[in-house]
Amino acid sequence: MSAATLSPRHGAVSSSVRHDSALKHTTGEAIYLDDQAGPPGMLHAALVTSPVAHGRLKGIDAAAALAMPGVVAMITAADIPGVNDVAPVGKDEPALATDKVEYLGHPVAIVVAATRDRAVHAAEAVRLNIEELPPVLTIEAALANESVVWPVMEMKRGDWAAAIAGAPQRLTGQVKVGGQEHFYLEGQIALAIPGEDGDMRLVASTQHPTEVQHIVSRLLGLPYNAVTTEVRRLGGGFGGKESQASLVAGLAALAARKTAKPVKLRLDRATDMRVTGKRHDFLARYEVGFDDEGRIRGLDILLASRAGWSADHSPPVMTRALCHIDNAYYLPATRARGFCCKTNTQSNTAFRGFGGPQGAAAIEAVVEHIARHLGRDPLAVRQLNYYGDGGRDVTPYGQRVFDNLLPRVTQEMLASSDWTARRAAIDAFNASSPVVKRGLGFMPLKFGVSFNLPTLNQGGALVHIYADGSIRLNHGGTEMGQGLHTKVAQVVADVFKVDLDRIKITATTTAEVPNTSATAASTGSDLNGMAAFAAANTIKERLIGFAAAHFGAALDQVVFQDNQVRAGNHVLDFGELAHLAWFHRISLSATGFYRTPDISWDPQSMTGEPFYYFSYGAAVAEVAIDTLTGEHKVLRADLLQDCGRSLNPAIDLGQIEGAFVQGMGWVTCEELWWDAQGRLRTDGPSTYKIPGSRDVPPIFNVRILENSPNPRPTIYRSKAIGEPPLLLAIAVWSALRDAVASLGDHRVPVSLDAPATPERVLFACEDMKRRAALR
Amino acid sequence: MTDSSRQRVALALAINGRRHRVTIEPSTTLLDLLRDELGLFGTKKGCDMGACGACTVLVDGRRINACLALAVMQEGRDVQTIEGLAEGEALHPLQQAFVEHDALQCGYCTPGQIMSALGLIGEGRATDAAGIAEQMSGNLCRCGAHPNIVAAIAAYAGA
Repeated sequence: MSAATLSPRHGAVSSSVRHDSALKHTTGEAIYLDDQAGPPGMLHAALVTSPVAHGRLKGIDAAAALAMPGVVAMITAADIPGVNDVAPVGKDEPALATDKVEYLGHPVAIVVAATRDRAVHAAEAVRLNIEELPPVLTIEAALANESVVWPVMEMKRGDWAAAIAGAPQRLTGQVKVGGQEHFYLEGQIALAIPGEDGDMRLVASTQHPTEVQHIVSRLLGLPYNAVTTEVRRLGGGFGGKESQASLVAGLAALAARKTAKPVKLRLDRATDMRVTGKRHDFLARYEVGFDDEGRIRGLDILLASRAGWSADHSPPVMTRALCHIDNAYYLPATRARGFCCKTNTQSNTAFRGFGGPQGAAAIEAVVEHIARHLGRDPLAVRQLNYYGDGGRDVTPYGQRVFDNLLPRVTQEMLASSDWTARRAAIDAFNASSPVVKRGLGFMPLKFGVSFNLPTLNQGGALVHIYADGSIRLNHGGTEMGQGLHTKVAQVVADVFKVDLDRIKITATTTAEVPNTSATAASTGSDLNGMAAFAAANTIKERLIGFAAAHFGAALDQVVFQDNQVRAGNHVLDFGELAHLAWFHRISLSATGFYRTPDISWDPQSMTGEPFYYFSYGAAVAEVAIDTLTGEHKVLRADLLQDCGRSLNPAIDLGQIEGAFVQGMGWVTCEELWWDAQGRLRTDGPSTYKIPGSRDVPPIFNVRILENSPNPRPTIYRSKAIGEPPLLLAIAVWSALRDAVASLGDHRVPVSLDAPATPERVLFACEDMKRRAALR
Repeated sequence: MTDSSRQRVALALAINGRRHRVTIEPSTTLLDLLRDELGLFGTKKGCDMGACGACTVLVDGRRINACLALAVMQEGRDVQTIEGLAEGEALHPLQQAFVEHDALQCGYCTPGQIMSALGLIGEGRATDAAGIAEQMSGNLCRCGAHPNIVAAIAAYAGA
C-alpha cells in the first residue's frame, strides 16, 4: 500500500517518502517540548481552577499556598498587565476568571513554584470563595433559555416553508451527535522565556504560533514584535491546540512576566481534559419535505451546538456545520439555522472537521429517515439526492459544485466493496440469526476546502540556500504528525530538482514567517506548499538568470535535474552553482507567499464561494451487533478518498486511516459525560475510551482515488487530506442503524444518536422491536 | 508531592545495560526517574495514570507502565528503554520495521508502542496480526496509525 515510487531523486513529489522525523520517533530522539531541560532558573506553573460550574468569585485565599516551600508567586486576573482576553474570534473571554466562574475547571489563578509538584500541591491549597449559581449544562436547557454565545445564524435558499408544505411526504425528527475529546498523546504545554525590554519568547505545542503571539501580546500589553512563538513538533493536535494552546501559552507568559523567570506550564491529563474545550456536540431538529421516491423538496433544520462558556471557535464551527448540512445532496429549498448554545461547560473548539462532520452526520440521519419511512434502500435515496446536472449543482450557500466526483467515487466504492453481493449476504445472515444482526452502511463525502473566512487563506515561507548548496526551509505550518513538513520539503526539492535530504526542516516560528494562519482546515500543504513553491522559484529564477549570463547560455537552456544544473554545455552540481552564485553576489534567500484565489464569503447572508474546491470520498462499513447487549463490532471498512494528485501517497494513506479511526471513535465509543453538577466525569483514558488497535476493522481496505488531479491549480494538483476522511466514519454509524433497522424489516426509522455506544445500540434495538411490533 | 525534608533513598539498577546508582525521593516513579533524573526523554508521559501506554518500558524483559511503578521498587532490576535498542546508527530491526511500515504519525506513542511490542514478542504471543492488534490495545495511538503499527510488529515477529 505504501510502496515507494521509484525515482532518480530521493523525495520527489508524489513519492511515498517517509515522515521527516520517522527515525527519531522510533529511537525516542525526537524532542517534544517537555523532553528538554529548561533554561536556567526555570519555574513551573500549575492552575487553580473553579470547583463549581457557575458562580460568583468573591475571593481568593492564597495565604497557605504562598507559605508552602518552593512557592514563588500566584497570578490572578488583577496581575494581568494587558487585556484579560484570550478570545480567538470574539472578545471578552478572560484567561483568568475575574468576578465569575463559568465552568468547572475555569482557570482562576496560576501558582508558580520551583518544581512542578510543588506548584500543583500549592495550587490545590488555594481556597476560592465562590457563591454558587445554577448552571446551564445541556444544549436543551440553553435552547430553552435562549442562552447563546453568538447571534443565531441563518442560511436560506428559496421558499423552504412552501416547498415542505407542498411536498407529497413530510417528516420531522431530531438527532444528536456527541462531542469528542482530542486526547492528543502529548498534553497541552508551553514554556515562556522572558527576554530583554519586556520581550517574551514562547516555545509552545500549538497549531497556531501567530495566535499565541497575538494573545500573549494582548495579555502582556506588548506589540506583536515583542513576542515570538516557536514550535518544532506537536505530539498530536487535531484542532485541540489551536485556541486552547493560546490559553496555555498565555498563562505561562503571565507567570513568566510576574516572576521574571522562564516558566513552563504543562497540564496533566485530567486537568487538560477538565480545562480545555473539545469537539462540539450537536443537536439537530428538522422538518423535511420530499417526493414519494425520497427526493428532497425542502428542508428546515436547526443545528444547536454546545459552545460551552464562551464563543472560542463556536461561530466558525457552526458556519462550517451549516456549509456541510448538504454533504452530497442537492437541497432545493432550505432553511438552516445555527444556535451556538452557551453552557457552563468547557469552551468547545476546533476538532478535525470543525463542524463539517456534525453537519454531514445530521443530513445523513435525515436521508436515512426518509429512506426507512418509504421502505426504500438508503443507498438509493442517497443517490437520488446527489448533486448532479440540470441545476442540481448549487449548494444552499450559493456555491456551484463544479468538480463533482460523487457518481465516480460511489460507483468505484460499490464495485470494490462488492456492495450488492454483501447486501444480499447480510440480509440472508440476518434472516437466520435471531440475536446477532449485521448492518451495512454507506457514506458519500463532499468536503469544502479552505477556511470559510477568506482572510485566513494565506501562507508564507522562507527559503535560504547556503553557499554549499544546502537548503533551509521554514514555513508557517506546524508539524503535528500529519507529515506537513515532509510534503512542503518535497515541493522545494522538486523546484530545485535536488534530493530531499538536502533540505533542512526547521521549527515553525513567528520570527521567520509572520502573520500566519493556524495549521487547520486541512489547508496546511495547500497554503504552505504553495508559499514554499513561490519562495523556491524566486531563488531559482535568480539562479537561472545568473547561470545564463555567467555561462553564456539562453535562459531556457538552464535546466535543473538530478542534483545538477545544466547551463548550455556546462554541467555543475547544485552545490557548485550555489557557491558560484554567492561568489558573484546573488541573493540566495527569498520569502514566498500564497493567497487562495477566487474565494468569497458573506457571513451576513451566509452566501458566497467559500471553498476553493471540494474533496470527495466514499466509504462502506459492515458491523455486527448483539441485539441483547448492544455490543457491536466493525467487521470491515472500505474507504476511497480523493487526494487530487497526492503529494505523498504514504502520508495520505496514513491520514485517511487515522482520520477514519478517529471518526469511528467519535461515532461509537467516545462519550463525554458530565454529572448534574457539571463535573466532567470522563476525564482520563480509564473513563474516556478512544479506539485502540483491536477496534480497527479486521478487514480495512483503504484506497486513494486514482487519476484525479485537482481541477484547481493547487500545489502539484494535490488536495487537502487532514479532515475529509474523518467523515467517512459516518458509514459505521449508518451500518449500526442498518443493523438495528433489520429488526423492523428496514421499514421503521431508527432512532440512534452518536456516539452509538453499546448502551445506545441496545436502547435502539429495544425501541425498534417495540415499534416494529406496533406496525 | 515531594518534600525536601523527606528522606531520600539510594537505588541501584541497570538501565539499558548500564549500572546506575541514584539517590531519589521514595515517591519518584520510574518514569520520572528516567526523564527528570537521568535525562532519558524517549519514554513519554502521556496520561501519568497507567492507561495510555506511552511510558511502556521493559523491566527484566516484561513490559510495564513506568508511570505506575515506583523507582525504588526496581532495585537490582534491569530496565530497558527505547534509548537502549539501536546499536549506534543501526536501528533495532523492530525500529526499522516501524520506519518501513510508516507505523507512526506524531510519534508521541511510538517509543511505548515499540517497547510494548518487544515485550509482547518476548511473551511469545505475537503470533498473528489479529492477536497483535488485540494485545497492543493498551498502547493508545490517537493518530490512528494502528494498521501500520500492527503490520510492523507482525513483519518483525514473522507473524
